[in-house]
Amino acid sequence: MAAQNLKHALFCAFITIIIAYPILGLNLVAEGTSVKLEGANTATVVNVFLAAVAVFLFQVFRDNIMGVFGKVPNLNPLANRGPVSQEKRLLMERVFFVAIILLALVWPFIVSRGAVDLATLVLIYIMLALGLNVVVGLAGLLDLGYVAFYAVGAYTFALLSQYFGISFWLALPIGALLAALFGFVLGFPVLRLRGDYLAIVTLGFGEIIRILLNNWTSLTGGPNGIGGIPDPTLFGMEFGRRVKEEGNVSFHETFGIAYSGEHKVIFLYLIALVLAIFTLLVIRRFMRMPVGRAWEALREDEIAARSLGMSRTAVKLSAFTIGAFFAGFAGTVFASKQGFISPESFVFLESAIILAIVVLGGMGSQVGVILAAIAVTILPELAREFSEYRMLIFGAAMVLMMVWRPQGLLPMRRIQIEIKEQG
Amino acid sequence: MLVLENVHTHYGKIEALHGVSVEVKKGEIVSLIGANGAGKTTLLMTVCGSPQASSGRVILEGRDITNEPTSQIMRSGIAIVPEGRRVFSGLTVEENLHMGGFFNTKAEIRKSQDHVYDLFPRLKEREHQRAGTMSGGEQQMLAIGRALMSKPRMIILDEPSLGLAPIVIQQIFEIIGQLREEGITVFLVEQNAHQALNLADRGYVLETGRIRLHDTGKNLLANPDVRNAYLGG
Repeated sequence: MAAQNLKHALFCAFITIIIAYPILGLNLVAEGTSVKLEGANTATVVNVFLAAVAVFLFQVFRDNIMGVFGKVPNLNPLANRGPVSQEKRLLMERVFFVAIILLALVWPFIVSRGAVDLATLVLIYIMLALGLNVVVGLAGLLDLGYVAFYAVGAYTFALLSQYFGISFWLALPIGALLAALFGFVLGFPVLRLRGDYLAIVTLGFGEIIRILLNNWTSLTGGPNGIGGIPDPTLFGMEFGRRVKEEGNVSFHETFGIAYSGEHKVIFLYLIALVLAIFTLLVIRRFMRMPVGRAWEALREDEIAARSLGMSRTAVKLSAFTIGAFFAGFAGTVFASKQGFISPESFVFLESAIILAIVVLGGMGSQVGVILAAIAVTILPELAREFSEYRMLIFGAAMVLMMVWRPQGLLPMRRIQIEIKEQG
Repeated sequence: MLVLENVHTHYGKIEALHGVSVEVKKGEIVSLIGANGAGKTTLLMTVCGSPQASSGRVILEGRDITNEPTSQIMRSGIAIVPEGRRVFSGLTVEENLHMGGFFNTKAEIRKSQDHVYDLFPRLKEREHQRAGTMSGGEQQMLAIGRALMSKPRMIILDEPSLGLAPIVIQQIFEIIGQLREEGITVFLVEQNAHQALNLADRGYVLETGRIRLHDTGKNLLANPDVRNAYLGG
């Protein structure tokens, strides 16, 4: 055991040097037209070796260190809590939702513009995560290309406004329906697939959409993206300083208040909030309808579900379609918020982050997913002062999270155990 | 009630059933016995349309269901208790039963649920317990109860005795006998040949994808070949 640990530790230290030395210890210096390789100063090299020693020591005493970590979960106040009764849990959930919605409503009026902007982004991620939660958390279909539907929603709005001058409110349902159609179409080839194979196909689909957007320059503008996407209007009132479209009036003139750039930001936030609540309620409804139970049954045991007469085709397609619909929603809001979109916004990392939100939040649990969406969006912002190390901190937080709470922040609970006295 | 006419079934290029003909009449218990790999489960799955028969016909109550999709077949008065129970382990007993009555109205579900609890009082005791935390025998009861929730006219059981204690097997077989008295046709697939043939009106012996013997349950029990091959002499 000890010998094995030592061997493993040596190997890890060696890998650390191999990785760290070329990156930190060697510098490329431009001299005229040629590039020269130079060793970095001694302090850096020493640091690299110190890091290797640290890795070595950690690996040698890994069992002891992890043993100490293993005792930490007692810090978690929720860890040893007994099961809560069904009514109490429902009540708690309702109180939580009402509190968070109230907070969300007053939020834009008490904080800075930047915070409102960030909150809008959080809401977009909440919509995305709630949508993906249907596919991954409830139906148990691992979808790694979810960002494709997000892109479809965003590009639908961008293209429609660019070529046909269609407004946000009309584009919103069109974008969502088109994304749902894409979800439906993707559903067909993946019907027979499960687990890893499904993940690979959806991953491929996500890339296809992104690469298509990147290369179809004549339509989508390729890597240059599409700019000048209009802001949403409120019953024909625009939020810009000057009215862009004929027949519209501006918001600040109608109400006789001074122009402020904040109005638009707050309005977008409120739209995102309303749509996020809509998403939440609709999916909640679906979860309690037979189709929601069918998703769960299919996730739990496909053969058993089919033996009860459920159609695998219908159940899987409905999950994909509904999940994609809400991604289209989020995409339209995103396009409107940014005013400019390019394929850059829809890379695989986005899919991974949305999936991470669902997993961190606890598969299938809506409260958990909302909390995780807030955490995952805000954490990198908070960690901004650590500049280049912020992704490192983000990653470390996720690893620790998975060590301590592998079931997610607030896992979906179906606990209904009633211990009856033996008589 | 259920007729299989010269059914051939393939997995890819491999033929698992070489022209099997079986008939189950209304109100009967029919047992199908055979060794590992004889094609028992394949035969049942063919009835359910997954995989579908490559030739021959499967007729349920006069209707040709050979090429119907599984979901359609499972909604037409036939229910299967799949091999290895396959209850929804994360769901409670009650929720499992409700899944069984997925296509029925609420009133019907309540009625069949009470009926299932009458048959299996043990399930009533465990109504709010997660299915995965129950013993094998209880899970098997739940699997049968779940199949009964759709009020089938015919029930197919795939190895209900698999991995259970002898005393529990005894209980399960008693319940199967009770089902017949309620007028439900039973098609039973078993490796536990003695019990299965004892209970059955008629029996079939399946060997490497072909029906070798077909007789009443009592005669098969007395048949020296069957005794040698399946009943340990």
